[in-house]
Amino acid sequence: MQSQRKIRILIAKPGLDSHDRGAKIVARALRDAGMEVIYTGLRQTPEQIVETALQEDVDVIGLSILSGAHRTLFPRIMELLKQKDLTDMMVFAGGIIPEEDIPEMKKLGIKEIFGPGTRTDTIVQFVFDNIPKRP
Amino acid sequence: MTKIEEIVQGVLSGNRRSIARAITIIENNTAETHKLVASIYPHTGKAHIIGITGPGGSGKSTLIEKIIREYRRKDKTVGVIAVDPTSPFTGGAFLGDRIRMQELSTDQGVFIRSMATRNYMGGIAKATKDAVKVLDAAGKDIVIVETVGAGQSEVEIIKVAKTIVVIFAPGLGDEIQAIKAGMMEIADIFVVNKADRENANKAIMDIQAMLQLNNQEKTWKKPVLKTTALTGEGVPQLIERIEEHKHFLERQLEHKRSREKAEAELIEAIKEKVATSMIEKLKKEGKFEEFLKKILKKEMDPTSAAEKLLNEKFRNKV
Ligand SMILES: Nc1nc2c(ncn2[C@@H]2O[C@H](COP(=O)(O)OP(=O)(O)OP(=O)(O)O)[C@@H](O)[C@H]2O)c(=O)[nH]1
Ligand SMILES: [Mg+2]
Repeated sequence: MQSQRKIRILIAKPGLDSHDRGAKIVARALRDAGMEVIYTGLRQTPEQIVETALQEDVDVIGLSILSGAHRTLFPRIMELLKQKDLTDMMVFAGGIIPEEDIPEMKKLGIKEIFGPGTRTDTIVQFVFDNIPKRP
Repeated sequence: MTKIEEIVQGVLSGNRRSIARAITIIENNTAETHKLVASIYPHTGKAHIIGITGPGGSGKSTLIEKIIREYRRKDKTVGVIAVDPTSPFTGGAFLGDRIRMQELSTDQGVFIRSMATRNYMGGIAKATKDAVKVLDAAGKDIVIVETVGAGQSEVEIIKVAKTIVVIFAPGLGDEIQAIKAGMMEIADIFVVNKADRENANKAIMDIQAMLQLNNQEKTWKKPVLKTTALTGEGVPQLIERIEEHKHFLERQLEHKRSREKAEAELIEAIKEKVATSMIEKLKKEGKFEEFLKKILKKEMDPTSAAEKLLNEKFRNKV
């Protein structure tokens, strides 16, 4: 058996969105690119997302949100990651996030934000280019 | 302390970050994996390991969520390893079992980890076993392993469990296939899930008929239970049977140990008796004295003397 380092990525849906088609399409694209994708399902609290990231020891977290609750949920998620010393995980987001909110979200430590209609290969390439190094 | 020692210490104290890191090291199969597993090994053996397997979509993950809740009510801590297949074409995997367990993800008495099979030949069975060891060493009372019951390699994975539960659902039509893959033989308990659907009773009868054909061993009669994982119906009964099976294994082990102990005592007793009576006889015949003198004169050492004496003795007998 040779060494088997793989990219592990959590696709999480915070908030009260009632469907997850977009998140699932992205999850599938990442899987097809050779990654191990852990998916949370709908309606996750920031606590659940961060605990899942911890237990699954992922390299990357992708947040998908449509409801407009990012202004309260994203800061909470980033705060919890800090509290649990998980800041080495790379976080990106996708969904419906108004242009004017993007700078603030990036200031929180969210690496990139993809709007609706972003091609999945753009997201896959972004993840490959931004995988955090492991100690 | 090295990084590995630090992780081992963390695992033993139940630190969740360390548990997660340890499992990653096992998955990645690095140069450090062996050292990690060896350090953890002496602290394992306390958890009861339950395997849950069965056809895709039969309700394994949903059922596991209810099983965890039941054990939590009994104040037991629980670890879960959910194994899903890696795509042989892309090397990627979609790990979705925990979707059904997410409400428990913040419970500090529960640790859930998804693992992909990663196509290492036969290696996933060992990796699963080692990941289970991590959760065991971290103090989890119960460790549950989920695999989809599809083929021989899955049978190998689930063998890590002490109690294996094979689950079916009515109308999946996969029963026969599961039986072919050897699931029938390794099962300790059968569950027909989705009992809220019609045909559940038919599935139970099918399994019972199959068990009769395979004439069951007398020591453990494999029960066939009915559950509705969506509502949790039948889950307390399932836990009861799992606990019963655990006690059965303990009794078997106890029996084996008693047997080994009795055997050792018997051997000791025989040795003692044979030696005493042999020495007595040799003394009566004067042989003992004869050889004792040879030893004193350094003509012979005690071991050769004993060998010679016994050879003579037994040649006469044969
Ligand atoms: N009607 C009914 N549906 C159920 C029951 N248990 C599970 N399901 C449903 O069956 C589907 C599959 O459930 P899972 O728990 O994901 O099944 P699984 O065996 O873990 O599936 P894989 O991991 O993909 O092999 C889900 O839609 C569940 O809601 C049940 O008791 N009754
Ligand atoms: Mg499942």
